[in-house]
Amino acid sequence: MHLDHPHDGPSAVSADARRPDGRRRALRIGLGGPVGSGKTATVAALCRALRAELSLAVVTNDIYTREDAEFLLREAVLPPERITAVETGACPHTAIRDDISANLEAVEDLEDAVGPLDLILVESGGDNLTATFSRGLVDAQIFVIDVAGGDDIPRKGGPGVTTADLLVVNKTDLAPYVGSDLGRMASDAKAQRAELPVVFQSLRGEDGVRDVSAWVRARLAAWTACA
Amino acid sequence: MSRSALLVLADGRFPAGGHAHSGGAEAAVRAGRITGAASLEDFARGRLHTAGLVSASLAAAAALGVDPSALDAAADARTPSPALRAVARRLGRQLMRAARATWPSPELDAVAAEFPKGMHQPVVLGLLARAAGLGAVDAAYCAAYESVGGPATATVRLLSLDPFDATAVLARLAPELDRVADRAVEAARRVLDDGVEALPAASAPLLEIDAEAHAAWPARLFAS
Amino acid sequence: MNDVSATAGIVACDDGRGGTALPVLESDGPLALRRTRASGSEAHVMLVGAMSGPHGGDRLAVRAEVRRGARLRVGSAAATIALPGQIKGEARYDVRLDVADGGELHWLPEQLISAGGSELYVTTRVDLAGTARLVLREEQVLGRVGEQPGRLTSRLTVRIDGRVLLDQELACGPDAPGGWDGPAVLAGHRAVGQLVIVRPEFAVEPVAARMMGEQAVLVPLAGPGALVTAVAADALRLRQVLDGVLAELD
Repeated sequence: MHLDHPHDGPSAVSADARRPDGRRRALRIGLGGPVGSGKTATVAALCRALRAELSLAVVTNDIYTREDAEFLLREAVLPPERITAVETGACPHTAIRDDISANLEAVEDLEDAVGPLDLILVESGGDNLTATFSRGLVDAQIFVIDVAGGDDIPRKGGPGVTTADLLVVNKTDLAPYVGSDLGRMASDAKAQRAELPVVFQSLRGEDGVRDVSAWVRARLAAWTACA
Repeated sequence: MSRSALLVLADGRFPAGGHAHSGGAEAAVRAGRITGAASLEDFARGRLHTAGLVSASLAAAAALGVDPSALDAAADARTPSPALRAVARRLGRQLMRAARATWPSPELDAVAAEFPKGMHQPVVLGLLARAAGLGAVDAAYCAAYESVGGPATATVRLLSLDPFDATAVLARLAPELDRVADRAVEAARRVLDDGVEALPAASAPLLEIDAEAHAAWPARLFAS
Repeated sequence: MNDVSATAGIVACDDGRGGTALPVLESDGPLALRRTRASGSEAHVMLVGAMSGPHGGDRLAVRAEVRRGARLRVGSAAATIALPGQIKGEARYDVRLDVADGGELHWLPEQLISAGGSELYVTTRVDLAGTARLVLREEQVLGRVGEQPGRLTSRLTVRIDGRVLLDQELACGPDAPGGWDGPAVLAGHRAVGQLVIVRPEFAVEPVAARMMGEQAVLVPLAGPGALVTAVAADALRLRQVLDGVLAELD
């Protein structure tokens, strides 16, 4: 996705694949999606699933300072020095798309402080359906929606649903209670996304994050193979 | 100088992290000292003539080629609040990143390598102005404008203030912005002969006090 | 009354017997200096204002030099009041303080009151050697009771071995740059003060930044110093805050 280019300056500018010392940096995966869809829960589940095999860190972009970071700390999914909160000035989408400088600082600081890292998960603040990550910040992005938000969201499309590298439809266990039609969501998503993958998950079940963590592992293998 | 380059640099959408900072407005709103357009104007005017003047002078001096490390130390001495010093350096790093992507220059690379922890943002702004082919006046204008533009935008978000009212505040401050930019450039030229002590040291006690209070809040919308 | 130009001077040095001698104690015009009872190795000097100056056009200066290993404490008998002069024009009051290695200065004058119609420019410049110690208090009161303040500009600069630790200027009153009494600067508070503490050990163990009530803060400077910045409704409340911090840090 990002071509390596020769690097003789003192530090990376944005998407450069190598760190100033020439080592390949960590893969960065963004998780976006509307408020309450389960981004933070997915990040927590991914950390639990991957932390034994990978060197991981998380950047959160909260609307109100450190709420999501605090949740991850309370859940103790990672040691505290591996979780950083970026403040977004009431505009979380700006911090992941239009002006990514604070997030780039955060990911580089994490690599300096606790690196080397294999993977950094960048979670967006709960925002609207149009919020996507800049390609200058992340190498791949996951868009998380949930069945309770309405089964017409895939049909409505929007940049997150349409272009994310992985679409996650979360809380499938709630579908019978909120009257969401999973089959319809799947066919609408297919229509919007063509060959881009979609995962239906419920984090209530055993190893509910299995499909997403498998996808992350595959991305990481491809990233490492480029080195 | 290129007027177009100045517009690129002064654009509030220039991706250097400013959007997450309120310039002290969030704390002043919480304290009940900014409640609408009139008090926003008074706040912005006070910030312009204190922190804004100092920033504009630092930026102008850096644009004139004054040693950036001397300017960075002068900025430290004029910024008692450690929270504000940390913010200035973080924004300096963010601006340096944007600077090196937009107007690549060996001088910027060298400074970035020498100061990996970052320098005060106005110093970087002056260096960036140089790299963009702009002059001391342009750097001073950018810094002065930023000192009031940030709080105005933040207040729109914090108070749901009518954006037309907030922008009208900035328009009313324009003549004072001109004077501050002029004073800043005069001071920066004196620095060439008299050293960094010729820089203004105008201070705002409540900005300093509130910055520390704000940094300790458990929940806030803006980073400063 | 004609313009007054006066310079008072103090030199403090180690007397070789565990105390501090004052080989120079020069009063001048309205600036009268009195030695008062010492405490331990520390010499005490009181600045006694023989007139209630400075008036417009006056040029007053005080110089104090604390030599190697000496300890000096300087206070003043009463507040200094800046008053309008018979002729228009700014008065100047310049304080120059030098402290050598191993020396210690406590500079604790009473408030400076900016009376209506006055114009005063105060500079306080402190030059410290690397192992010098300093406690310096500066308080400004804007106007006597119920009065609008005059124009007051005050610049405070502290250097250690020639490197600037702190450089702050505050301008207020009529014709000061706009917004000085607004929400970013003083917001209607009529007393504003600073307490500077320099100790070599702060280089290793700086103070932690913290609020001292809602309108005062203690911060570590970018060097071996600490600063309290405070605003208050009046001089009494301001002094309470600064005294509280001083007692805590002693």
